[in-house]
Amino acid sequence: MKKLLLSINNLSVNVEHKKILSKFKLDIKEQEVHAIMGPNGSGKSTLAYTIMGHPKYQVTSGKIIFKNKNILNLSADKRAKLGLFLSFQTPLEIPGLNYFSFLRNSYISTYNKKISVLEFNLLVKKQTKLLHIDDSFLSRALNVGFSGGEKKRAEILQLNLLNPSLAILDETDSGLDVDSLKLVCKSINNLKKENPNFSVIVITHHKKILDFLKPDFVHVMNEGEIIKSGDKSFANNIEKNGFTKIIDEYKKLKPK
Amino acid sequence: MNRNKIQKTSTKSSLKTIKKATKIEKYNFLYSTNNYKVKFDKGLSEDVIKRISKHKNEPKWMLDFRLKSYKKFLKKKTPTWGVGNLKEIDYNNITYFASIDSKENKSWKDVPSSVKKTFDRIGVPKAEQAFLAGVGAQYDSEVVYHRIKEEFEKKGVVFLSMDEGLKKYPKLVKKYFGSVVPLDDNKFASLNSAVWSGGSFVYVPKNVKVDTPLQAYFRINSANMGQFERTLIIADKNSKIHYIEGCTAPKYSSQSLHAAVVEVIALEGATIRYSTIQNWANNIYNLVTKRAFAYKNATIEWVDGNLGSKLTMKYPAIYLKGEGSRGEVLSIAIASKNQMQDAGAKIIHEANNTTGTIVSKSISKDGGVSAYRGLVKIGAGLKNTKSNVKCDAILMDSKSKTDTYPVIIVDEPTAEVSHEATVGRIGEEQLFYLMSRGIEESKAVTLIILGFISEFSKQIPLEFAVELNRLIEMEFENSVG
Repeated sequence: MKKLLLSINNLSVNVEHKKILSKFKLDIKEQEVHAIMGPNGSGKSTLAYTIMGHPKYQVTSGKIIFKNKNILNLSADKRAKLGLFLSFQTPLEIPGLNYFSFLRNSYISTYNKKISVLEFNLLVKKQTKLLHIDDSFLSRALNVGFSGGEKKRAEILQLNLLNPSLAILDETDSGLDVDSLKLVCKSINNLKKENPNFSVIVITHHKKILDFLKPDFVHVMNEGEIIKSGDKSFANNIEKNGFTKIIDEYKKLKPK
Repeated sequence: MNRNKIQKTSTKSSLKTIKKATKIEKYNFLYSTNNYKVKFDKGLSEDVIKRISKHKNEPKWMLDFRLKSYKKFLKKKTPTWGVGNLKEIDYNNITYFASIDSKENKSWKDVPSSVKKTFDRIGVPKAEQAFLAGVGAQYDSEVVYHRIKEEFEKKGVVFLSMDEGLKKYPKLVKKYFGSVVPLDDNKFASLNSAVWSGGSFVYVPKNVKVDTPLQAYFRINSANMGQFERTLIIADKNSKIHYIEGCTAPKYSSQSLHAAVVEVIALEGATIRYSTIQNWANNIYNLVTKRAFAYKNATIEWVDGNLGSKLTMKYPAIYLKGEGSRGEVLSIAIASKNQMQDAGAKIIHEANNTTGTIVSKSISKDGGVSAYRGLVKIGAGLKNTKSNVKCDAILMDSKSKTDTYPVIIVDEPTAEVSHEATVGRIGEEQLFYLMSRGIEESKAVTLIILGFISEFSKQIPLEFAVELNRLIEMEFENSVG
């Protein structure tokens, strides 16, 4: 039987005193791909940031158990060390911080082991080749002057290097052309093959990425909670009919 | 005078939000040596100046220059502007001359072991091996170790201590000494002119281009020991030189004064870059007058890094005297607890087709105060002049402060002048982004700071950049807690 990797229970989250997530529930087992869809402002990104431990997102109730450990009191770096990864919707630009040096720092910190520049260079070059990233990026400042698509591929490069247990992809597909999207998904599917406890949360507005990643579950979020879940075919339904019908049905059934 | 544009602004900013209380790990050198061969008693008088000059066996004109400077020093009022208080300096509690050994050392072998021990601590021998360049390391007042790579000697490059330069090149020294920074320029330049000792004398002959940087390490190493080095660099027509000066000092509890004068002259077509990294102990007043003249088609670049000291006041200046000359000042300042960095730059356009650039970066933390104070001046009737000023400041917490005092005086309507200033703090989102990659908060802060000053560190040789990064890591990595 597959082990439980992440268990979110009764999670309520405020951002600047406004309630965004409300009694949110989600269980993710090893080797599972969960897609999260939903209208703008439904709390998808808040969920991602909260799992990763952004200090702005205040948890007012509930628990996040990751690998049998309550991670709510852990800072983001400690969560990363435990095996969580967030691919940012808008990766941050850090002027003057060399991309290669950033990657190496992050690798050394996450694994708490030293690696020589040369050795690390080999590791990175393998990834840049896989993801069709020009090596000149490595000597540039982190995300500065990268195009939208370049930023997203750069995120996946980090994902591959850090090889976490749970990857949260926050609209990784936005800004990617079809070829890049295929590359990225292939790379994620590889991680799944190689790493027996690897799981993914895909936050997206588009079915396309799900065609490649083949989610086990598709959830629809609205007003800070999951209102309906289904299997991969559910995404087809959403694409065809939109969220309005699902939301209306849920509201009718929901006890006041 | 018809002033088309006069801009004088002063912005004061301090941040209300504080992320976390910060503590500071200071970078201190614990080594010091006290076996001086000649050390004068504390205090300043005509007699002390005469003794200094006599001890150095100087020509009469230099003694006269010193005595005249001393009179100016006594007359000049202590400046009252600036972020610090200069009135605290007790001139009678300072030793004005000390020498560890009367003869200069050319080989590392000959350097006294006590000095070596101190230098080992800051990595001078390593730097020497790595650079293969001439190292003129100043131990208190005199140069004790001085070696020039054969390449320089062959090319006719003169790299001596100022005292040696005066002995060997009296005409050249007499012509230029005090020509860029007059003896009555300011109180501290007058003081330096009166009691100067050590520093470097560099002459690069016509058409000689030196790619390997010339280095000199300076060091204050005795409590209440003033250091008044004097540097004169002359680059003859179409020559090129990069001079590097690095300073660190051991910590002492009583006050100490460093008042240097640096005069730089780039003759027609010459290029001079002068790089400095200073990390004075935080009880030192660091008051330096640095000025350069750029003649026709010449280039002057000041690269200036200020860490440490109690109060630094330093505004490297460039006078663009010749047509087509170019000046650039790139500086960083880090003000920590009990430290004030009042630094900036001056570029004075006095000819057509001249370009000036000033880039200044500062970081204030743990109550440190930093100020950018700058002057850009473009005279009337000058054609095709350009000047850009950019100052960026980071405030680490609400206790710290940063001020900007840019003065721009433009008397010429066709001049292109821009000024840009930003004040910010380490972004929460940037921090979270790095932390989400497993990087601890303090390390993430350090990486962002290193990125912020990378424009500067890219311009200095690798070894210096490594040392600078190490200093910054020490300063920031334990500061979040």
